[in-house]
Amino acid sequence: MSLRWRQLKESDFVYYFFRDPVAYVSFAILLVLVISAFGAPLFAPHDPYDQTTIDIMDSELPPAWKDEGTAKFLLGTDDMGRDMFSTMLYGMRISIIIGLGAVALQAFIGIIIGLLSGYIKRFDTILMRIADVQLSFSTYMIAIFIGATCQMMFGVANYEKIAAPLLILIIGLAEWPQYARTVRASVLAERKKEYVEAARVIGLSKIRIMWRHILPNTLSPVLVISTVQVANAIMSEAALSFLGLGMPQSKPSLGSLITAGFEYIFSGTWWITIFPGILLVLLILVINLLGDWVRDYLNPKLYKG
Amino acid sequence: MFAFTVRRIAQGLIVMVVISFIGFAIKHNFGDPVRELVGERVTPVERAQIRQQLGLNDPFLMQYGRFLNDALHGDLGRSYFFKKPVTEVIMSKAPATLELVFCASLIVIFLSIPLGIYSAIHPKNIWSRIIMSGSILGVSMPVFLTAILLIYIFSVELGWLPSFGRGETVKLFGFWNSGMLTKDGLLHLIMPSIALSSIMLPLFIRLIRSEMMEVLESEYVKYAWAKGIKAKRVWYVHAFKNTLLPVITVGGVQLGIMVAFTILTETVFQWQGMGSMFIQSVERADTALMVSYIVVVGFIFVVVNTIVDIIYGLVNPTVRVTGRK
Repeated sequence: MSLRWRQLKESDFVYYFFRDPVAYVSFAILLVLVISAFGAPLFAPHDPYDQTTIDIMDSELPPAWKDEGTAKFLLGTDDMGRDMFSTMLYGMRISIIIGLGAVALQAFIGIIIGLLSGYIKRFDTILMRIADVQLSFSTYMIAIFIGATCQMMFGVANYEKIAAPLLILIIGLAEWPQYARTVRASVLAERKKEYVEAARVIGLSKIRIMWRHILPNTLSPVLVISTVQVANAIMSEAALSFLGLGMPQSKPSLGSLITAGFEYIFSGTWWITIFPGILLVLLILVINLLGDWVRDYLNPKLYKG
Repeated sequence: MFAFTVRRIAQGLIVMVVISFIGFAIKHNFGDPVRELVGERVTPVERAQIRQQLGLNDPFLMQYGRFLNDALHGDLGRSYFFKKPVTEVIMSKAPATLELVFCASLIVIFLSIPLGIYSAIHPKNIWSRIIMSGSILGVSMPVFLTAILLIYIFSVELGWLPSFGRGETVKLFGFWNSGMLTKDGLLHLIMPSIALSSIMLPLFIRLIRSEMMEVLESEYVKYAWAKGIKAKRVWYVHAFKNTLLPVITVGGVQLGIMVAFTILTETVFQWQGMGSMFIQSVERADTALMVSYIVVVGFIFVVVNTIVDIIYGLVNPTVRVTGRK
């Protein structure tokens, strides 16, 4: 274990990481955000899901530093009287869970399809045409269409009950082509190499060659797009929530909090929208910055377009 | 080239058939054409009679064939909410969306090219760094949040610009309601177009910059330098020409993607276009309208992509042989 640790500590990766202030500052911020999101039940002063502690008389209180604000609610309260700070922490937890879940699903579908179409010629044309067509439609469009169809299928009330897993499914289904194309591109480069030929000569099965031999060598571009994809998935979730196709107000994500506050912005109640908005942008920004850094560091030949 | 064009068009047609099939499946399973026609106040007996008359008890594929036939004749059904044929509703909403996309594209084109070139030529310059950090901030900002911030700053706090609707419109050629000819309409256009362009602008700046930097490294540009050609000519004529090719292909597709973002922008600004119509149709369970939006937008995408592909094939012969990329 200690040897592993020393290897890691002396590696180029760590060396370059600590030389780039953008990288380690973003990482530090991301770490704080993730810890506070998943530790929300510990850190949050109030529980936004507990109806008994919420008082409607507390609704739309401004942040604590304003005249009408109270120290009890640091960042003010929303239209239902929930503490903004706590609700945002819980909301960020939902956003991050959906983002990670959706990316896991995308990667799963995308890697399988990418491997198949890169290694087995027969599937290539048809699978890549499907991916091309779906990409050309833009993932937002697909996600919105699937979301709208699901809402018609289940009805609004039922949709809200299963919103979180459904959103993971929707965003996962909408964005797999990114992975499929990336994996396929590197599989095409790998399959000509000698080690693959050697594996074939030994008589290993196609599935084993794809899974155990080629896949590990295609993982670095997958890692690079994964960071950016998490940011994209969180954005898609926020967009769907904003359109009313996402998380319900009783269990808000950052996106649905912004939506809820938008109705009140004209009466000057800006904090319900602006605070979750800033948090959302900060979260996505640090993930994107880290993604850029990882891309520059690993510098794989990414599939453009 | 001819074979390539035919193949691309055939592929486009297949995609259209698939889209129409999905659309019809949604309509078939969740829509109620009887309700679309007569509303709720009809006895069950009459309802069954109308169902039989409309051929709703026929096999699925037969109904799909009829749907395709009607769609080719420009009939996509009736909207339950508007009590009008959906094609009419979409036609009346389309100008608003198209004007918005047009203005946003103008902003994207006229800002991204100079900014992208500048930051490619002087990559270490302080301004380029500001442009690049601005663009990564722009990429991280959801389009609806940009829109809300614009509304908060310019409408609520400063009171300079109107926050919703299209303002005064003028009727052109009898069907095109244009907001681009009156001062009020133009004022209403400013914020939605900025919000819509905010998502594409950073992407284009980054794309132009990276392509241009790649071109500037190539042999023929080095040769141009060696010949002693003036810097401006090398940048703007020699290098920029070859930057444009990938930008046009990616850009053509991206402009189509803007249609997707009109849904978000229009919802924020209550812009009476196709995007907000779509979301309202989902809320009202107006299946016919929702499905025809999917079909119409799908059609726009397929046409744009096919044209871009064909243009790319014309400009770059290698694509025709090997397929795209």
